[in-house]
Amino acid sequence: MSLSREEILKISELAHIKLAEDEIETFRGQMSSVLAYVGQLSEVDVEGIEPAAHITGVSNVLRDDAVLAADPATRAALLDEAPAREGDLIKVKAVFK
Amino acid sequence: MEPLHQLTIRQAADGLRDGKFTSLQLTEACLERMRSVDGHVHAVLEALEASALEAAKASDARRAAGGALGALDGIPLMVKDNMQMKGSRTTAGSKILEGYKSPFDATAVARLAAAGAVILGKANLDEFAMGSSTETSAYGPTRNPWSLGKIPGGSSGGSAAALAAGMCLGALGSDTGGSIRQPAAMCGVTGFKPTYGRVSRYGLLSMASSLDQIGPFARTAEDAALILEAIEGEDPLDSTSASRARYAAPRLPSEGLKGLRVGLPKEFFAEGMDDGVRARVEEAAKEIERLGAELVEVSLPSAERALAVYYVLMPCEVSANLSRYDGMRFGLSVDAPGLKETYFETRGQGFGREVRRRIMLGAHALSSGYYEAYYLQAQKVRAKMKAEFDALMRDVDLLLSPTSPSVAWDLGEKFDDPIAMYLTDIYTVTVNVVGAPAVSVPCGFANDLPVGLQLIGKAFDDALVLETARRYQGATEWHLKRPML
Repeated sequence: MSLSREEILKISELAHIKLAEDEIETFRGQMSSVLAYVGQLSEVDVEGIEPAAHITGVSNVLRDDAVLAADPATRAALLDEAPAREGDLIKVKAVFK
Repeated sequence: MEPLHQLTIRQAADGLRDGKFTSLQLTEACLERMRSVDGHVHAVLEALEASALEAAKASDARRAAGGALGALDGIPLMVKDNMQMKGSRTTAGSKILEGYKSPFDATAVARLAAAGAVILGKANLDEFAMGSSTETSAYGPTRNPWSLGKIPGGSSGGSAAALAAGMCLGALGSDTGGSIRQPAAMCGVTGFKPTYGRVSRYGLLSMASSLDQIGPFARTAEDAALILEAIEGEDPLDSTSASRARYAAPRLPSEGLKGLRVGLPKEFFAEGMDDGVRARVEEAAKEIERLGAELVEVSLPSAERALAVYYVLMPCEVSANLSRYDGMRFGLSVDAPGLKETYFETRGQGFGREVRRRIMLGAHALSSGYYEAYYLQAQKVRAKMKAEFDALMRDVDLLLSPTSPSVAWDLGEKFDDPIAMYLTDIYTVTVNVVGAPAVSVPCGFANDLPVGLQLIGKAFDDALVLETARRYQGATEWHLKRPML
């Protein structure tokens, strides 16, 4: 399975990742070779097998629906990591124009 | 006696107990060793000298007051830099987290601290643990202490190299497809990947959540068990952490390995392995047999598909997990006109090539029209592998194989060839896909470089895996070899 230049550009859109011009062709070759390798999975007979997202067998681990507040120092440290702030709010780019 | 920084944890714990030296002396010996050799090895991203000395003094004070905590009290350890630790920077080897300071502790790190361990620093790694050579770190590669022109393995190459070079007595790593066992093999130390769920992943920067597991590096399997006992157990902060019984004594006779059935999967001994690796592993198998175990040839046909399953599931989980690095709440944020441009620039500049490649592979495999062929199919093959593995493990107690098909290779040798790099995980990924425990122990040398023996157990049989490794080390001396640095 070989990816086209257009497909690489589409995937970079999906992944929100900018590629440099010279990387487009490099990634095209490398990702195509990985997809060719994993393509062998289509040869495996999986008739009647349920997919396994994980192997623990646990499902729906629940906790009380309660707010667990961080201590003030941790809260401050978390906020300190934000690239842009206004007071105790994290400032982000406008989502809507 | 060996220099303090070369002691095993057990030896150091005994020495501390008997008052032969203090934790402060032990810690200073490791820090001094780090200062003298890490300029060559580059295993450490951040040395935590001040807090380590403080923790060592606190340990000595506890002991003096008769309140020593246990085997790890006062023992200097290193932590892979993809685990949160308050007061440290946590970069995961990525530019996107340059300067990020941990606001909280990973559970495994908190448990080490609660056991009295001294954390010396944060160890280098492949960026976000993606790689098999520690070359994808944005902060430069780590070198193999046995031969500085060689890679140390990866992704936990800094942890393995720091231990092999004598900068610490043990270390934490994380293993998603072999990232503890493979560098342990390449650096000639013991590395253990616990059963999935045995150690909480809380505070481990997620790579592939259904595969990631934290585990120990140590000079002996006995030491690895000491670290495991400190960090394992259920954690309300990780819903996949297991409530199963804690580390328990295994079902073995008081000495030797009589009664143990060890399977040699023929798929793991097919072509593609270096002759030197094959010879050392076959010698190790004979030694296990000499100790009383019964060797049987077995077959795990689906193991041949494990790498393909892994290289679908892992990038899919990576692409979801790394969407959090968006330049909004923490880490690098490249200023650009709009929201979308900010995402593109931040992630384009902040992530290295291997990380971007894997995110994009995952985004593609999960996208409309491809999901069934890749992700869903891989999940089904995974279920089939797990069933096959469980059935096989009803017949044998352990599986034995090489850890890696080769010894450490030259820096740069496979850097631009992802498939060649990925193929080096061929013997380790099966274990992650089925969630089993496995250890790599030194079993000799090929071309003067360490070879690793892998022992794989059934889920939650961690104690049997480590005890078998301990008895192998009781009969061999490969784990006592140290590189000349």
